[in-house]
Amino acid sequence: MSVVLDGVFWLLAVVSVASGIAVFRVDSMARATYALAVSFVAVGAMLLLLNLEYIGVITILMMVMEMAIMGIFMIMFMGMNPALMPMSMVHNKVGSLVLAVGVFVVLAGGALLIDWPDRRGAPAGDLTRSLGEAIMGSKMLVMLTVSPLLFATLVAALVLANPRGRYDRFGDDLRAGTPSGPAREGDDS
Amino acid sequence: MTLDTVLVVAAGLFSVGVYGALSQQVVVMVMMGLELMLNGVILAAAGLWWFLAPAPDGQVLLLVVIAAMTVEMAMGFAVATLLNRSRQSDMTDMATDLSG
Amino acid sequence: MQVGPLGALTAAVLLGVVAVLAAAFDGTLGARLQGRRAFSGVTAPLWEAARLLRQRRRTIVAADSLLWRIGVVGLLVVALLKVVVVPLGWWTVADLSIGMVWFNAMDVMVWALVWLIGWGANSAHALIGGYRFLGQALSYELPLMFALTGPAIAAGSLRVGDVVAAQQDLWFVVWMPVAFLVFCAGVVAFSVWGPFGAAAGEDIAGGVLAELSGVDRLLVLAGRYALLSAGAGFVVALFLGGGSGPLAPAWVWTLVKTLAVLAALIGVRRLLPVVRPDRLAEVAWIVVLPAVLLQLLLVGVMVVL
Repeated sequence: MSVVLDGVFWLLAVVSVASGIAVFRVDSMARATYALAVSFVAVGAMLLLLNLEYIGVITILMMVMEMAIMGIFMIMFMGMNPALMPMSMVHNKVGSLVLAVGVFVVLAGGALLIDWPDRRGAPAGDLTRSLGEAIMGSKMLVMLTVSPLLFATLVAALVLANPRGRYDRFGDDLRAGTPSGPAREGDDS
Repeated sequence: MTLDTVLVVAAGLFSVGVYGALSQQVVVMVMMGLELMLNGVILAAAGLWWFLAPAPDGQVLLLVVIAAMTVEMAMGFAVATLLNRSRQSDMTDMATDLSG
Repeated sequence: MQVGPLGALTAAVLLGVVAVLAAAFDGTLGARLQGRRAFSGVTAPLWEAARLLRQRRRTIVAADSLLWRIGVVGLLVVALLKVVVVPLGWWTVADLSIGMVWFNAMDVMVWALVWLIGWGANSAHALIGGYRFLGQALSYELPLMFALTGPAIAAGSLRVGDVVAAQQDLWFVVWMPVAFLVFCAGVVAFSVWGPFGAAAGEDIAGGVLAELSGVDRLLVLAGRYALLSAGAGFVVALFLGGGSGPLAPAWVWTLVKTLAVLAALIGVRRLLPVVRPDRLAEVAWIVVLPAVLLQLLLVGVMVVL
């Protein structure tokens, strides 16, 4: 059984790294985005192998969603189909490559050379339940910090990205009956 | 599947992400590099958790990393949209006003 | 109770049968509305399937075939993966401890797949359809997720089997009507069906379906019915007590309830107009989402008391 699991792990490992590399090799924006999604799904599946069922499935869920949205932004900002006109959009390629290989050698070397301590403690019977209890108990402060952070992100992202808020359209006290000017960017009026 | 192999795979993902984040010119591609780096971090954290100290509350760290990823995405897209609107460009090389 | 490989095969076949019944029912409704005999509508999906199987596949210059095929095949695969956690009476293919999250993750896959079908065709109408679906997805997904949370809180478990067991005394639909309706709407929305079918709207020549032909078209149409069927099965497990009912065995009740929900979801297409995704956004975020959150508050208070 463990031989099968090892095989699955290596397959997923190769898929995740290969599709990670593919992100920066393919010409098409859509393919790059979904290659990244495949990489995330593979990592999510590896988390399932490590018995992290909830986190693994959540990773897959979140990242597929993110990549679907990311695809839109990619195509919107590129404003063309690079599949039809291949071009290089990189700077300092050699330097980046050297640095990346250096980082890999240091990290992988560390992983292999360090004498890791023995395993301490045993996993809880139901990991999902224990995660829920941790969030709602001893680690509640972490989640209490994360939630206003996420809310602040929502507000900040909207403030940055929204070209004309409701105060622009409905006046300073929001009393205007009909919005002034274009309702959305691109409308001519 | 041992701790060493999991960490080596994570290191591979992380360094591919480093290459992308450093070499790409388009803002969204840089963000993809960052995402790949965080992807490696998630895998490494999961491996360390499972093989070294599978205490129940270690999983919370992974949730925090995923939350950090979403914050990075949301702010990255907001800044990219703003940049695109004000400069009609999506290249990092054209937004170097603050570099010394 | 989990079933072996033969059970998994049975589940797949059953999903196919239910999906064909759904298509036949939709055909019947269509035939009746046009004043034709009902029987001509029952068989219409079969003739259409036979026609599509014989039709030669069209393709377009510079179509992204790889991504297109992934999207086309994916819908059916995702529907099958959803059925993995849907119980039939006492049997489930795999009663995962995180079954609810699994179902949710699979319906997020539909975001990517529908957009890929639109993108891969390299045609303007199809791509607009794909974008419409993502715009709609931003509206329906959060209410859907929170609606899923209701039964999970009430049962105190993410395992679908536990959720069904928790409804022995009282079906969740009785005290979670809002969550029930929102979840049903979510099922209709992720199946690109009826009022939420703008992505395949006739005003853009069929949208994501515009360039599909032959087997590809058959797979996507079948995938939509399969998604609806899997969603209906999950509605039964979450809100309608699964297989509970008098006299007949549990699996019969599951099937009967699933078909009833499915018939209602299919019928919605003939009753309601298509909603524009940008209009949907305001309603979804300002009315539906707070309503579902209030429902969750109610559920939370009831569970604690």
